[in-house]
Amino acid sequence: MAMQFYASPEQVQRDRSEYARKGIARGRSAVVLTYEGGILLVAENITTLRKISEIYDKIAFAAVGRYNEFEALRRGGVRMADMVGLSYDRRDVTARALANTYTQTLGAIFSETQKPYEVEICVAQVGATPEADELYRITYDGSVMDEPGFMAMGGQAEAIGTVLRDRHDPSAELTAALALAAEALGSVGGENGQARTLTPKQLEVAVLDRRRPGRAFRRLSGASLTSLLGHESVPESELGDVDAAPPAPSEGKPVVSAAPETDEDSQK
Amino acid sequence: MALIAPAGTGGILCFNCTYLERNHVATGFDPSGRLPDFFTTTGTSSFTQFLSQAAPELLPGRRPLPPGLSADIAPHGTTIVAIATADGVVMAGDRRATMGNLIASRDIKKVHPADAYSLIGIAGTAGIGIELIRLFQVELEHYEKIEGAMLSLDGKANRLAAMVRGNLGAAMQGLAVVPLFAGFDLAPADTARAGRIFSFDVAGGLYEETGYEAIGSGSLFAKSALKKRYRAGVSTEDAIDLAVEALYDAADDDTATGGPDVIRKIYPVVMTATANGTHRLTDEEITTVAERVVAGRTENPGG
Repeated sequence: MAMQFYASPEQVQRDRSEYARKGIARGRSAVVLTYEGGILLVAENITTLRKISEIYDKIAFAAVGRYNEFEALRRGGVRMADMVGLSYDRRDVTARALANTYTQTLGAIFSETQKPYEVEICVAQVGATPEADELYRITYDGSVMDEPGFMAMGGQAEAIGTVLRDRHDPSAELTAALALAAEALGSVGGENGQARTLTPKQLEVAVLDRRRPGRAFRRLSGASLTSLLGHESVPESELGDVDAAPPAPSEGKPVVSAAPETDEDSQK
Repeated sequence: MALIAPAGTGGILCFNCTYLERNHVATGFDPSGRLPDFFTTTGTSSFTQFLSQAAPELLPGRRPLPPGLSADIAPHGTTIVAIATADGVVMAGDRRATMGNLIASRDIKKVHPADAYSLIGIAGTAGIGIELIRLFQVELEHYEKIEGAMLSLDGKANRLAAMVRGNLGAAMQGLAVVPLFAGFDLAPADTARAGRIFSFDVAGGLYEETGYEAIGSGSLFAKSALKKRYRAGVSTEDAIDLAVEALYDAADDDTATGGPDVIRKIYPVVMTATANGTHRLTDEEITTVAERVVAGRTENPGG
């Protein structure tokens, strides 16, 4: 018969915390900060798998840690936001309600399951002014913190957070905010403690645009990101895009909808 | 949703396991505080499919209806026209909703954007139609957010067909609704035909139309007008005029279609979908067009 060892609850919690913290610190970091025109979300990410995404009109989601775990949380958030928005009104979907759901979910997973989620997430909601912006940091154990306009998660988050704390300015322009974010992310991880210069290809960047009515989330990539990182400003109309590349048409496959492109004698 | 017995009681506390009406928002919170599994599973990218698990009572077509025909209990929306142009599509709808011989609304809006590049208009029972539009808008946006890419135009039309099919039971009892769907295809098989129009029947049949299409009680007259005037490759400005004229012709011969109301300044809702996205004509823009059409008809009532 196997010998049962006693482990105190404190010990169990400590072990789980340590496990989750180690997992989160292994990955690359992400920063979220407010600027004059909205909220800027930047993650160091060379893959096409997203760490930053849209939840609702004024709400975005950023995460670090294990992809499969925060992706499940993201889907849950989108589903909940869309369901609340359909049942009530689009204005009734708030970041605080989402943060509450996430803290309950992560808290329950942390205390009830063997393996905690190795994730740290940010729910950001853009307001009419930088003071009205909301940033919630939710950690692996379900603790939630209301952050004061900027935050860093994952990797060497402490060091990155220090850079942000010293220089964050809520009235900064987008170029200045992006430069600060890129510099903060590059301030760690270089050889012999040297700073790195991050290229547009290494960054995943999105904004919640304060002035845009309706869906405020825009991704910045390609040419507009390159010129922004080079301290050039970009006209507002070219400021990013929603996730909107539809698939190319299929070739020669049977069309199940009655929508063939060459069907002359239509069924109607 | 089963009741969970509190830990330690060891007994089963499920006295009432059938919930007829659930609070659909509260389904987000089970006793442990976690989001239920169907929120976080990979599962589906479709919002309606998700709702069928999370809150089926929010879906139209899932509600039991009393027997008998109930056609005249709710307002009906009427004529919608859509025209494919050189750079996209134009869709226009009159502003009338009727209940039997009464005018239920003079300024109902029956044409709406479905997403950034497509439009939807409805004819039939207005309440069900507006619910269908809201659900369809969320469906498209939901897919975009979950997948990080937009559905293809055919994919959107197929989803809408499935949603119309779900309403078949109500349709057979007189609460029919038929949408008209049109949009700018960002990845068309034929680049000369980027503006595409899809019509539906109550059974969920989906048909792609060539050139133009109209639905609703006045559609017969609107289509006859368009048949004589429509030319392939028409410009968007001309197509807007054609659409407003077609609605005028429909209103001329169909009591359930409203004509331009010059006294109250209520004119048709006209929307376009092009490579630049969707656009609803502003009050000034539509007033100019409608007044031009009315002036033309004052000279020659036949158009």
